[in-house]
Amino acid sequence: MLPLTREEVEHVAMLARLELSREETENYTNQLDSILEYVDKLNELDVENVEPTAHVLPINNVFREDKVWEGISRDVALDNAPDKEDGQFKVPKIV
Amino acid sequence: MEVTKLKAHEIHEMLKKGEISVRELTEAFLDRIDRIDDRIHAYITVTREKALEQADRVDAGIRSEGNTEVLAGIPMALKDNLCTKDIKTTCSSKILYNYKPPYSATVVEKLEEKGAVMLGKLNMDEFAMGSSTENSGFFTTRNPWDLERVPGGSSGGSAAAVAAGEAVYSLGSDTGGSIRQPAAFCGVVGLKPTYGRVSRYGLVAFASSLDQIGPITKDVRDCALVLKAIAGYDPMDSTSVNAPVPDYEKILDDNIKGLRVGIPKEYFGSGISSEVKDRVREAIDVLEGLGAICEETSLPHTEYALPVYYIIAPAEASSNLARYDGVQYGYRNMEVEDLISMYKTTRSEGFGPEVKRRIMLGTYALSSGYYDAYYLKALKVRTLIKQDFDRAFEKFDVLVTPTTPTTAFKIGERTKDLISMYMSDLLTVPANMAGIPAISVPCGLSNGLPVGMQIMAKPFAEDVLLKTAYAYECHRGFEITAPELEVF
Repeated sequence: MLPLTREEVEHVAMLARLELSREETENYTNQLDSILEYVDKLNELDVENVEPTAHVLPINNVFREDKVWEGISRDVALDNAPDKEDGQFKVPKIV
Repeated sequence: MEVTKLKAHEIHEMLKKGEISVRELTEAFLDRIDRIDDRIHAYITVTREKALEQADRVDAGIRSEGNTEVLAGIPMALKDNLCTKDIKTTCSSKILYNYKPPYSATVVEKLEEKGAVMLGKLNMDEFAMGSSTENSGFFTTRNPWDLERVPGGSSGGSAAAVAAGEAVYSLGSDTGGSIRQPAAFCGVVGLKPTYGRVSRYGLVAFASSLDQIGPITKDVRDCALVLKAIAGYDPMDSTSVNAPVPDYEKILDDNIKGLRVGIPKEYFGSGISSEVKDRVREAIDVLEGLGAICEETSLPHTEYALPVYYIIAPAEASSNLARYDGVQYGYRNMEVEDLISMYKTTRSEGFGPEVKRRIMLGTYALSSGYYDAYYLKALKVRTLIKQDFDRAFEKFDVLVTPTTPTTAFKIGERTKDLISMYMSDLLTVPANMAGIPAISVPCGLSNGLPVGMQIMAKPFAEDVLLKTAYAYECHRGFEITAPELEVF
């Protein structure tokens, strides 16, 4: 793998909704690079014909009965909100 | 004997005989926390009033109906990533510094139903990402065996509290070793159950295909008791498995004659301290002396488990941690005026360096153009690791290894070198990859610090695991107790 560039790290930070200082971007570029170099070890293996394991259990499509039950109230749901108004979460301007 | 040194099953006997009340017991633990926790730093929150209220309730129950539940009245504490209704649950993160969940985790409800007395919430690496508690957003927990050393992580507060007599037992969570590694470092018993054995409902998610909740206790019997109390199917967690829960305590006996024990050579390689290997080999001799048939074996893909982990866990984490956006709960930067800036500043100020690093790594591994090279590849190698175990368990009942490559390291020793920090999970990560149960049991000391033996078994064979650990513990011929801290 080619070494990571600053631009790539800035792009990933944007995707992850993180704002990094110049210094952080620099650090993460080096650190992520060293982790990816370590992870490159996986390329020693031929996995062409191996099925991926995303999950160890043989459980698929768990359904429940379509029954209504009581959830938490609006007030309780809003209790932890940093900002709220008229029974709703309040956020800064979107457009 | 001070009650803070006792095991749950011993305290239960005292309660049954009326030798102590639950209130007296609870006060003894709260008092010990008051006296020593400014040196251990295990607790983020101490729930004194709630603990005493619960103690009085259980005392009243004992007076009116007698006490049958063995965990009734036993003071315990929880890792701070387990949701507790109306009690702060921070994950040791600034982003959740004030979060009070509107509900409790299923494991918490199960323990409360049994009359458990909760003393408080325990420190951890932020969002369970770390091996030393040095990544906590608040403070670093100390190892009761040596206050200059880390207790391990991420459930470092959970292990230190039990080792220091600040709780009879605790719950932790284990994604790559976060119960077993600190249990080994602190000289206590720690069990990661089979994936799906214990409900994860109310456990703040880190890597959902790997996370499991499990007990940290002073001995194997307590471990069996707590596992029995928290295990089982839960409709609120569709990955919990609907299988009967055995009475793990009843099946404990020290007869392991004919047990087939595999010793995977990859776990005794050059990166593992020779003293750690010696202690584990001595423990294997004890098992052999009890009639177990021990034989060397091989899990050839072991060396790939850690690199696989460092793709899968951050990938799942980057997705799970997308929810911390400053809208519904937790910290928000209130200064900025548009939504995207609010997200970015909130997350950048709320998360610590290791959490950001893993979010970045995971986002990268899942991003367009890199998914196949990293994430898909890691999932495929995960299959090979799992197949290694499947093959081994055709021949063996359990596999025995060291829990960690070294004993507890010094605070600050590994914070500069990421890979060396990550290496402390080398021997614990494979069990999470395969979803199998694994326990760490203290098996001696090296330079005055505890060494852990890890025992792994096939899925849902916690009974075999506990029986093996119990037989060893009964016959190892020594007790392992942290040195007494001076109480002022």
